[in-house]
Amino acid sequence: MKTFVEWIKNALLEVQEYLRLVSQVGRALVSRPFYGRDVVQQLDLIGVGSLTVVLLTGLFTGMVLALQSGMTLDQFGARSIVGRLVSATMVKELGPVLTALMVTGRVGSGIAAELGSMVVTDQIAALRALGTDPIRKLVLPRVIAGTVMVPVLTVVSNGVGMLGGMIISVTQLRVAASIYWSNVVDGLYMADIWMGLIKPVVLGFALVSIGCHVGLRTKGGTQGVGRATTNAVVTGSVAVLVLDFLITKLLISVLY
Amino acid sequence: MTVPIDTPRASEAPGPTAPREDTSPDGPPLVDGEVPVIAFDRVTLAFDDNVVLQDISFTLLPGRMKVFLGASGSGKSTILRLVLGLLRPDAGRIWVLGERVDVMPEADLMAVRSQVGMIFQDGALFDSLTVRENVGYRLFQEGDVPEDEADARVDEVLGFVGLSAFADRMPSALSGGQRRRVAIARAMAARPRMLLYDEPTTGLDPITAMTVDQEIVKVRDLEGASGLLVTHQLRDAFFVATHEAVRGPDQAVQFVPASAERLARTEFVMLKQGGIAFEGTVDALRRTEDAYLRAFLS
Ligand SMILES: Nc1ncnc2c1ncn2[C@@H]1O[C@H](COP(=O)(O)OP(=O)(O)OP(=O)(O)O)[C@@H](O)[C@H]1O
Ligand SMILES: [Mg+2]
Repeated sequence: MKTFVEWIKNALLEVQEYLRLVSQVGRALVSRPFYGRDVVQQLDLIGVGSLTVVLLTGLFTGMVLALQSGMTLDQFGARSIVGRLVSATMVKELGPVLTALMVTGRVGSGIAAELGSMVVTDQIAALRALGTDPIRKLVLPRVIAGTVMVPVLTVVSNGVGMLGGMIISVTQLRVAASIYWSNVVDGLYMADIWMGLIKPVVLGFALVSIGCHVGLRTKGGTQGVGRATTNAVVTGSVAVLVLDFLITKLLISVLY
Repeated sequence: MTVPIDTPRASEAPGPTAPREDTSPDGPPLVDGEVPVIAFDRVTLAFDDNVVLQDISFTLLPGRMKVFLGASGSGKSTILRLVLGLLRPDAGRIWVLGERVDVMPEADLMAVRSQVGMIFQDGALFDSLTVRENVGYRLFQEGDVPEDEADARVDEVLGFVGLSAFADRMPSALSGGQRRRVAIARAMAARPRMLLYDEPTTGLDPITAMTVDQEIVKVRDLEGASGLLVTHQLRDAFFVATHEAVRGPDQAVQFVPASAERLARTEFVMLKQGGIAFEGTVDALRRTEDAYLRAFLS
């Protein structure tokens, strides 16, 4: 019982520290100095660097979606509307969530490891000693890049997902490409597109800021860096799924 | 509120951190009528239940140097971190360059830190930047120094530490001693008013250690920078305390035995069990009868 209470207390403390970081990031955003070059560097690292993995994820997700929904739709003799299912599911759910999860694995962990090793080798202290605020120099550029790039990557993922769906529709399901694409367009409403764009903004912000938070709180040498990396992936992934649920619920009541 | 993050030549910059002339109630305690650049007043700090510093008080006057000795874990690095505001004490007051750094908000501390150079115990070089970018970090990133002037200064300090040929290497491709020298160059580059050296010669060969010692003496005597020096190497501590840098007729720097007045400018402080066990000049240290100190010195 005692340990459970301790655990709750630690978790609340951690959340409080996280919120403090978020508010510091907010303040850093609206005041100078601003390290523009670091932002550009991070946009490249996070965006371009994650492209391959996001392309592959999107393509195979679209393909498997088409296969599975084709089989279900067959039971109703409605195989031709497979495009609707693929587009709606990709844009609203799987595109944002899978992209965010892949970026968490690749970028969230990398950020935690990098900042964590900077903590244990005193580089963060040295940065502060040289008059640089690590929040501005390290956290803000990564958060900006994540918040901008995860939506962009999500759109790319949606695109190749639909393409993957088409490949399966044409080659396996024998649905003509023109029918597939007109269904893809029919399946999308404006509200879906909004949902598909709002989600990755929030998820991108969350996964990068969690990676930064966990990295900056690293304790205990190189072993601590390993722990921080694992924590960033686990916490980041769970946060992505929980937030996805909460945003969906909120947006359904607002948009539809 | 925007804080001036850096001034290129801190020693010439007037501003919020210039020492105060008056003795306002929250200014540092005066010593012989002088305003100390560092003043610790009954500072206590514990990590959980490990009390590292207990009621520590000392002062450092402008242009002077204090050498901190003490066993491993006695809190020497902790004192340097407190000076920069990287750590906050549990109790007591700390003034640095006239400002209360123990209660100062992090954003305002940047102005104080811009006048202080610190050499971390294991270098703490930024391993994603080259040697040149490390050394010029403050000039390139935070200063408003023109680019070519900053470049010239970087070349100059890299020359001091004898690493001009390594400017474009990454820190991971340097030896331990080279990394230490880059760290010293980085701390000196922006000409700070005060330098904090955390074991700058530990792990260096005697010849390299000597060049580092000479650098420390030079910065103290020719640039007038105050300093705290933490070291285990008594040989280096004694060299720094007993030598003086002067410019010869041909402007070349020479190291000569320190005059009596110069000798008094460097004091030794021995930390033991959270407190200060000894404080005094090199002569007092040599004459001490204290058994622990004698054991430490031999
Ligand atoms: N972040 C920290 N968390 C907990 N304890 C710490 C922390 N930093 C230092 N300590 C403890 O404080 C004490 C003093 O540490 P400090 O680094 O100041 O010692 P030191 O005198 O510099 O030793 P050394 O000569 O080995 O460098 C040590 O007992 C150390 O374990
Ligand atoms: Mg130390």
